[in-house]
Amino acid sequence: MGLTNQSTGTGALKEMFQVDFESPDDIVVALAGNPNTGKSTVFNSLTGLNQHTGNWPGKTVTNAQGKYNHHNKRHILVDLPGTYSLLASSVEEQVARDFICFGNPHATVVVTDATCLERNLNLVLQIIEITDKVVVCVNLMDEAKRKSINIDLKKLSKLLGVPVVGTTARNGEGLELLKDTVSKVASGEIKTNPRKINYDEIIEESIKKVDSDINKLIDNKFNSKWVSLRLIDGDLPLLESMNEYLDSDLTKNELLNKKLKIARDKLKDDGLKIEDLRDRIVSNIIKTAEDIGKDVVRVENKSHNQLDRKIDSILTSRIFGIPIMIVLLGIVFWITIEGANVPSSMLANGLFWIEGQLTELFGWLGTPEWVHSILILGMYRTLAWVISVMLPPMAIFFPLFTLLEDLGYLPRVAFNLDYYFKKACAHGKQALTMCMGFGCNAAGIISCRIIDSPRERLIAIITNNFVPCNGRFPTLIALASIFIASAAGAFSSIVATLTILATIVLGVMITLFISRILSKTILKGLPSSFTLELPPYRKPQIGRVIVRSIFDRTLFVLGRAVAIAAPAGLVIWFMANITVGNASILTHCAQFLDPFANLLGLDGYIMMAFILGMPANEIVIPILIMSYMAKGSILELDNLAEMKQLFIDNGWTWLTAVCTMLFSLNHWPCGTTLWTIRKETQSWKWTWISLLVPTITGIVVCFIVAQGAHLLGLV
Amino acid sequence: MKEILFPLHELPIGSCGMVKKLTAEGGSRRRMLDLGLIDGTKVESLRKSPAGDPIAYEIRGAVIALRSEEASKIFVESIKQ
Repeated sequence: MGLTNQSTGTGALKEMFQVDFESPDDIVVALAGNPNTGKSTVFNSLTGLNQHTGNWPGKTVTNAQGKYNHHNKRHILVDLPGTYSLLASSVEEQVARDFICFGNPHATVVVTDATCLERNLNLVLQIIEITDKVVVCVNLMDEAKRKSINIDLKKLSKLLGVPVVGTTARNGEGLELLKDTVSKVASGEIKTNPRKINYDEIIEESIKKVDSDINKLIDNKFNSKWVSLRLIDGDLPLLESMNEYLDSDLTKNELLNKKLKIARDKLKDDGLKIEDLRDRIVSNIIKTAEDIGKDVVRVENKSHNQLDRKIDSILTSRIFGIPIMIVLLGIVFWITIEGANVPSSMLANGLFWIEGQLTELFGWLGTPEWVHSILILGMYRTLAWVISVMLPPMAIFFPLFTLLEDLGYLPRVAFNLDYYFKKACAHGKQALTMCMGFGCNAAGIISCRIIDSPRERLIAIITNNFVPCNGRFPTLIALASIFIASAAGAFSSIVATLTILATIVLGVMITLFISRILSKTILKGLPSSFTLELPPYRKPQIGRVIVRSIFDRTLFVLGRAVAIAAPAGLVIWFMANITVGNASILTHCAQFLDPFANLLGLDGYIMMAFILGMPANEIVIPILIMSYMAKGSILELDNLAEMKQLFIDNGWTWLTAVCTMLFSLNHWPCGTTLWTIRKETQSWKWTWISLLVPTITGIVVCFIVAQGAHLLGLV
Repeated sequence: MKEILFPLHELPIGSCGMVKKLTAEGGSRRRMLDLGLIDGTKVESLRKSPAGDPIAYEIRGAVIALRSEEASKIFVESIKQ
């Protein structure tokens, strides 16, 4: 097979796959594997912190790359999406296949799970069909040992015809040997002789009809037998990719089409319908995997899965499953809210101390007052606000959540709740994306990638905003405490908690209701499917959890928030400080919005605060206080009693508080979230829909509540 | 003697079946094939979720939950363990 570096060159790698080359001598290694095989642990152990994540060009599939040095050679490790197969039935599979096929990596490592090797061999066999530069890494050897599963690695290597290395990536065992082997395969020092899949005679016959012609067309660059079979099977994504990467339009190639027709006719004559071809191919691969598996895997203890089964019988039990889940999530939220208070106020003090220093510096430099005002009171203060309110809860919530993920608990949550989501025409995994939304809606939107069915994924994205995020909790808590709970006297903290709980429950109900409506209307007809893997429970790796959740989630979200908050601070400053006639622009806008806002039980200033709070929900209340006090920059009051008095002086009743809470729960997503939706859906249409759906919901709900209360004479 | 085929979600919890026929189509069928659900595959019904649906099955060493909609398109015959 001509999978040499010259065939498309490193230039193509750099441009089409955005591989981060430093020199042409760099060795490119692709990392493939099934999900849940510890592939990312192998990736992290090999590259350490020397990695960066982004997206595959034009796709919302995470592309992680990292570097490591071995024998003074720089190796670039490209982490392909975890897939079970490469037959390109999903974007992930297509991305992985295109990279192995057209990216010409110097070597491909396939990470497999020692505890269920046979199933993983399916992917291995498909990969060694495409390229011969393969190293199979049998990971989780420690788990296999614990479960008394014995694997004959030498025999496996002999049967597959490629080197096999056993590893326990989490403690680094076997990784040196893996690196050595990869280098040798990349340099050609180890010659491989990949095992071919035994296809049924009739399939082999039909391949022979086109093989030699296709070989000429693809210039001997790939395994022509594999390409032939894929094309006979009508693999359009492969054809498109060939057009894209090989710069030749094969779709219109008459010779090719004619030959393919001959091959398909041959199949039909032999009694195999073309619709059944895919089944046959898959069966042949699986049977081959089964044969190999039988030869190399010895299970000494048949009941090795008993512990997992027992844990499952508690965590997904009919009686305890859901209560345990609620308690666990409750603990996570409690630790987040309680734990964030201290660092939050420390951060705020620190950042506002810096503000003081900056102010002095400006004074010393003699800069004009308005420059100081714009930069410090406008931009810096908004930024400081967003960081101090946003960072601590996220830095606590995300690691805790990642910990549950690492343990293997989250798929069980999806399993427990799927029934209710199914009723709403949504996916059980949406429960997880909603939980993530409590931390931050933008992070919740990104987590929707775990839902592989297109319709359910869009539903989860559009409705994620109905879950109140960290930025909205302080608003909800403050309003619930001062307006609703204060009347309850001694029980006020209980009433406040119950009010917040009721708000969350309402958010969940609205989510399910809207999900159902969406799937019956605008999302009607999009394909959907449901399979949910419940992987074995694993001991979490605390260090990795903290590092990954801080880097991948917390800093990522914070970065986007900062990029939006700084310019927004500027806009808010201008609105509050430029006066037309005898009032600021903000006041004019508020007065203009007042009649409409009144219909919803709000006032113009509240509406304006929500609009100006678009960059980050954290600043809604500070902006509101600023507007009521007619000050030029956002600020906070020292205690809730003062805030209550200020609000009452401005005409607030309990109904205003309720409507403000409802509107906080149901309104447009913040700027960071919208930006993320745009990135994830690659479409303005869905971004607009994600903006309009919660907004309209909020308007309708507030209108009904406000007018209902008036009609009933409650206010 | 020909065994009676029935849909997978009717397989009693704790018992095993052998896949004989898939009636799913399109993406759903491809996903099932990816899971290794081909003619002759042994499947064990492990447990129901709290609401009774989906149900978790052991398929080729992995635990996979399927909704009754999907499982009803997989026909099995019952086998003794």
